Amino acid sequence: MSTALFSEPQTPLEESARMSLVQEFLKFLPDESVLHVDEDLLPYESDGLSVYRQKPPVVVLPETIEQVQTILRICSARQIPVVARGAGTGLSGGALPLVNGIVLGMAKFNKIVHIDEQARTAVVQPGVRNLAISEAASDFNLYYAPDPSSQIACTIGGNVAENSGGVHCLKYGLTVHNVLQVKAITIQGDLITLGGTCLDSPGYDLLGVLHGSEGMLAVTVEITVKLLPKPSSTKLLMAAFDSVEQAGDAVAAIIGSGIIPAGLEMMDKPAIIAAEAFAQCGYPTDAEALFLCELDGTAEEVADQISKVETLIRNNGVTRLHVAGDETERLLLWKGRKSAFPAVGRLSPDYYCIDGTIPRRHLSTVLQRMNEWSEQYGLRIANVFHAGDGNLHPLILFDGNVEGELERTEELGGKILELCVEVGGTITGEHGVGMEKINQMCVQFGSDEITQFHALKNAFDPDALLNPGKAIPTLNRCAEFGALHVHHGELPHPDIERF
Amino acid sequence: MTSAEQNQDIGEQLQQQVAEAYSRGQPLNICGGSSKSFLGVGSNAHPIHTTEHRGIVSYEPTELVITARSGTLLSTLNRVLADQNQMLPFEPPAYSANATLGGTMACALSGPARPYAGAARDYALGCRIINGQAQSLRFGGEVMKNVAGYDVTRLMTGAMGTLGLILDFSLKVLPLPEYQLTLACPSSVEDALHKMQALGGKSQPVTAAAWIDGTLYTRLAGARSAVIASAATLDGDPLTDDPAISAQFWTDLREHQHKFFQQSAPLWRISVPPLTPPLEIKGDCLYDWAGMQRWLFSTDDAATIRSTAQSAGGHAQLFRADDQLKALVGVFHPPGDHLMNLHRNIKQEFDPAGLFNPSRLYADL
Repeated sequence: MSTALFSEPQTPLEESARMSLVQEFLKFLPDESVLHVDEDLLPYESDGLSVYRQKPPVVVLPETIEQVQTILRICSARQIPVVARGAGTGLSGGALPLVNGIVLGMAKFNKIVHIDEQARTAVVQPGVRNLAISEAASDFNLYYAPDPSSQIACTIGGNVAENSGGVHCLKYGLTVHNVLQVKAITIQGDLITLGGTCLDSPGYDLLGVLHGSEGMLAVTVEITVKLLPKPSSTKLLMAAFDSVEQAGDAVAAIIGSGIIPAGLEMMDKPAIIAAEAFAQCGYPTDAEALFLCELDGTAEEVADQISKVETLIRNNGVTRLHVAGDETERLLLWKGRKSAFPAVGRLSPDYYCIDGTIPRRHLSTVLQRMNEWSEQYGLRIANVFHAGDGNLHPLILFDGNVEGELERTEELGGKILELCVEVGGTITGEHGVGMEKINQMCVQFGSDEITQFHALKNAFDPDALLNPGKAIPTLNRCAEFGALHVHHGELPHPDIERF
Repeated sequence: MTSAEQNQDIGEQLQQQVAEAYSRGQPLNICGGSSKSFLGVGSNAHPIHTTEHRGIVSYEPTELVITARSGTLLSTLNRVLADQNQMLPFEPPAYSANATLGGTMACALSGPARPYAGAARDYALGCRIINGQAQSLRFGGEVMKNVAGYDVTRLMTGAMGTLGLILDFSLKVLPLPEYQLTLACPSSVEDALHKMQALGGKSQPVTAAAWIDGTLYTRLAGARSAVIASAATLDGDPLTDDPAISAQFWTDLREHQHKFFQQSAPLWRISVPPLTPPLEIKGDCLYDWAGMQRWLFSTDDAATIRSTAQSAGGHAQLFRADDQLKALVGVFHPPGDHLMNLHRNIKQEFDPAGLFNPSRLYADL
C-alpha cells in the first residue's frame, strides 16, 4: 500500500525510535505482549477490508486498564499515533495500521466481568465477542440484542467504535441504544466513565458521542450492556415477489400499519440464487425479490401480527408466502440470509460490500441506477438490504487479478454511496467510514461540518493521536476529491497509486 | 393562523442574529415556548426567539421519520403523528401548551415510557444547528442507520442549548399502541420496586410502571389480545375500563398535573440504578420509571441530597425551585473533574465566544 491513501504524507517511525518504544513497553508488558518482528506483525496489517494493508511498526496487547493508561501516556508524551483494534472484523479499514503509530490490540480484554440477572445488565471487557454475551446471558433467559452478521467473531469494543447494527435493530436499536456505560481511557491516560447504570447521566451525552467514533476519541476498556428478556414467541415469514418495487411496497405497508417487525430483510434475485445454492434453505429461485419478516413478542401479539402481515402482503402482489413451521425451519431460512455474503463470494473471485442507507421510498430509483451502472461497468451486483431501515448492502462482484477491476469496483462503489446521499441517505449505515469512505464524507458534509467534526475530536484528543487520518477527511483532501469529481473520473495524477 | 404562518423558515434571520451577537460578543438566551424556562439556572442574556421558525419539514409515516423546525409546537407534532397513528415514543413532557420541539430536544426529558421505549436521545436521528460562530450545520440525517461522522445530534440532545441553536430536528417515531390498560395494586414501596423490576424481565407488554402513595400502577399497551392476556396474569385491578382515562392518568403524571405535584417544597428529580431501595432523604417521594426516576419534594440541604443519590450510584437534579436556591446550589449534578474538563473543551469548540445559554447547564459553561 502506498501512503497516498492519506492526504498528509506519512513518515514511517524511524528504527531507533521504534526500538526505543519497544524497550519502554517491555518495562511493564511481558515479551509476548509487545510484537515487533515481521512475522508477528503481519496478522495486524489489515482489518476486514483486506484490500488496504499496512504493516504496523509495533503492536501492543495489554491486559489491564493500568497498562492501557501507561501505553497511552507514553504515546502521548512521544506523539506516537495509536490505532485501537478489537477482532479486526471491521469492513471499512478503521483499524488499518499507520506507518508511524502503534496498534493497540484489545484482544486480551476478553472477560465477562459480571452478569446481573436482576438488573439485566452485563459488565464486559471490550475484547469479548458479541455473541459470547448472549451465550452467557442465555442461562438467565436474557440476551444482548444488537446482532451484526459478524457477531460470532466481532468484539463489543469494536461494536461501540462502529455503533454496529444487525438484522434486529429496527425494533431493538443499534449498539448505542443497548449500552449503558463505557469506561474509557483518554489519550492523556485518564480513566473516564461515560453513561451509567441509571437511565440518564448529568451533562452532555458523551456516551452517545463515543459510539461510532471509530477509535478517534478514547479507548474503551469496559462496557456495561443492557440485556433483554428473550421473547416468548418468535415467527418468521418468507414472502417472494415478481419485482423489488412490490416487495418494497409490502414493507411500507407493514410498517405503515403499525407493526414493527423484529427483523425485515430483503434480497434481490442474484442474492436469492446465491444464498439458495449455498444454504439450500428453500428460497424460490424464480423470484425477483424476497423478504424475511420476523415477528416476536408474547404469543398473542405474534399471532395477531402474523395474520395482519399476511393480509398486507397478499394485498401487495406476493407470489409465494410461507411461515416457518418450526424452529428448525426458521433458523434454516435465516441461514440463507446470514450466509448471503459468503454465498455471493462463491460466484466470483472477489466481492466488495457497500453500506449505504437511503429513505426506503427511493429504493426502486436507486436499484435502477445501480442496474444501469452495473451494465456500464461490466460488474455484477447482488443486493441484500436491511429493508426495515433502508440500509443497503450491494455486493459488487469482481476479479482482483484482472488489471484495473478493483479500481473500477471502487469507483462504482463510490458512485453508489454518492447516490445514497443524493436521495437523502448516508454513505454508511453500520460499517463506518474508516479509510474506505473518507472521500465520500466530502460529498455528504460541507467544509463547515467537517471543521466542526475536527473541533470535536480536538476537545478529546488535541494532538490528534487516536486513529488520525480516519473517518473525517481533511479539507485539503476534500478539495482534491472535488477536483477529481470535476474531471469525471479522469484522475489528475493517474500515476499515483491509490491503494 | 394561515398555513404560511404555521410553516416558515427564519433560519437565515436567526443565523444573522447569532452573527451579530458573535461580532459583539453578546451572550444569548435561546427562547422557544418558555415551557421549560424554569429548568436550569436562568440568565439575563439577550433573548433570541425560535418560535417563528416552525413547521413540519417532512414526514414519511411508512419510514417512521419526521423532521420539523425547532419552533414547531410539541402539540402540533403530536397531533400530526397521531393522525397517522404514530407518536414520539419517549413521551416528552410539555409542561405548557407553548412547548416546542427545540426545547423538547434541548432539555431531552422523557416521560413514563422511558425504561421500556427509550429516551429522547434514542430517537434523535439528525439536526440542523447554528453553532457559536454563526455557521449553519447539518448532522446525522433522516435515516435510522447512519454512522457517518461523529454523533453531534446526540450531543445536542440534552445540551440545554449550550452548544448551538437547534434549527430543526429529525426523529424516529413509532406506531401508537392499539390498546392500553392500567393496573392498580396496593403495595409497599419495597415490594413495588421488586415487582416493577421483575416485570421488565418478562416478555410482557409493559410500557410504564410507577408507585404513588401506596399503590403500584402498571401500564400495559400493544395488541389488544396481548394486553388482555397479560393483565390476566398480573396482580392488580384495572384502574378503569376506559382507555382514555387510563391514558389521562399517565399524562397527568408526565405533565406534573397529578395531585402529588401540588406541593411547595423544592422539587428534585433523582435518577438511580434499578432496585435502589428508598433513599434516606426526608420528604415526599413518587417513584416513576420502575423506581429509577424519583420525584422528591424535600427541604433537606442540596449537598445531602446529592451525596445520598451519588452514594446509591445515581444523581440528583434540582428540578423546580426558586431562582435564589438554584443559583446557590446549581441545578444539574456535577459530572466529575475529567468529564467537566471535556464539557469545557466541547463548549469551547462549538461556542468559543460563550454566546449560548451561559451558565444554564453548569456555572462555568
